[in-house]
Amino acid sequence: MLGVFNLSPLQMDALREVGNVGAGNAATALSEMVQKPVDMKVPSLGVVPFNEVAERMGGPESLVAGVYLKVHGGAPANLLFVLPFDSARMLVDLVMGLPGGSTQVIEDLQASALMEVGNILAGTYLNALSMFTQLAYEQSVPALAIDMAAAIISAVLTTIAEVGDQALLLETEFIGGGDQLIKGCLFLIPEEGSLEIILGSLGLA
Amino acid sequence: MGMLIKVGMADLKVARAPNNLLTSGLGSCVGVCLFDVGVKVGGLAHIMLPLSTQARNLENKAKFADTAIPILIAEMVKLGAVKNRLVAKIAGGAQMFSFPGASDVMRIGDRNTEAVLENLKQHKVPILAREVGGNFGRTIELDTNQGKVFIRTINRGEKVI
Repeated sequence: MLGVFNLSPLQMDALREVGNVGAGNAATALSEMVQKPVDMKVPSLGVVPFNEVAERMGGPESLVAGVYLKVHGGAPANLLFVLPFDSARMLVDLVMGLPGGSTQVIEDLQASALMEVGNILAGTYLNALSMFTQLAYEQSVPALAIDMAAAIISAVLTTIAEVGDQALLLETEFIGGGDQLIKGCLFLIPEEGSLEIILGSLGLA
Repeated sequence: MGMLIKVGMADLKVARAPNNLLTSGLGSCVGVCLFDVGVKVGGLAHIMLPLSTQARNLENKAKFADTAIPILIAEMVKLGAVKNRLVAKIAGGAQMFSFPGASDVMRIGDRNTEAVLENLKQHKVPILAREVGGNFGRTIELDTNQGKVFIRTINRGEKVI
C-alpha cells in the first residue's frame, strides 16, 4: 500500500492542483448563490494529526457549523464544510436574501439553506475531481451539525481512524460576502486506499 | 491549585489530586473517567472506536475501548491506585450527524458506549454514572479530589455526575 504520509512533491502538487480547480469551481458556485464576490485561498494540503484538525477550526470547543457529505464511487472520501457559527448565520442571510444580521438562530429552514450550500459546493468540487481523475463520484445527502469543533470533526475522523491517527486534508478557505466577512473551510478527507486511486488515475501512483 | 491536564482525541492520561484531567469536544467519542478515592488518583481516556480487532493500525492503543481501558487501569495502578477500588463515570457517545436511513457506521457513538460498558464490566469496574447519547458535543473534566465529572455543552447547559 502506498504510504499516505510520504507523498512525493510531484504528487503533492498534483493533489493541490486538483483541489485548486475543485475549490475554484466551488467558490464560483458560492459567489453565484450569494451574488457577492467570494475569494478562495490556494488550498493547503497536509497530513494533520487528529488533534490539530480542531485547532485549525479555532480550537476544540469553538462553536462551528459543519455540513458533512459522504462521497461514494471511484475514490470514497468525506467532505466537510466548516464555518464559524457567526459566518454560518451571515451565510444564511446572504443565501436567503435577508439583511445582514437577520439570522440569529439556526432552525430547520436555516439548516436547509446551509445544507444546500454544502450540497452545491460538494457537487462542484466533485465535478472537478471527476474531470481530473475520470472517476465517477456520488455524494450522499448532506447532514448538518452545529456544535463544538472537536465534536464535529471527530465524528468525521472516526471513519478513517481504523487506519491511523492522521488525516490527509485538502483544505480550502473561502472568504467572501462583500462587506460581511464570511469564512469557511472545505475539507476533503479520503478514505483508506482512495488516495492511491486518485493518484493512479492521474498517472502518479 | 493543581494543573489541568489536557487529554487529546484518541489519548489517555492519569493524574493525582490536585491535578484534574480535561478532554474537549467529545462527539461520538466516549470519555472514560476512572477514579480511586483512596489515593485520589484519576484517569481519563478519550476513546474513538470500539474495537482494536477491526483496525489496520494498532499503534495508538488509547484509541480503542478494548485496548485503552486496560492501559488506563495499569497506568493508574502505577500511580498507586488499587484496581478493585476503581469506579467509572462515562460521557459522550453522541451521534453528531444523522443521515436518513443511517447505516451502522453512523451509529458509532452507540457502539463506542456499548464497547466501553462491556470492557469496564470485564475489568469489574463499577459504573457510577453515565451521560451518553444525544446529538451534541460534551467537554468533560475529572476532579481527582472527589471523583466528580463536570460536563459542559454548548446548548444543553452544564452537569455534574
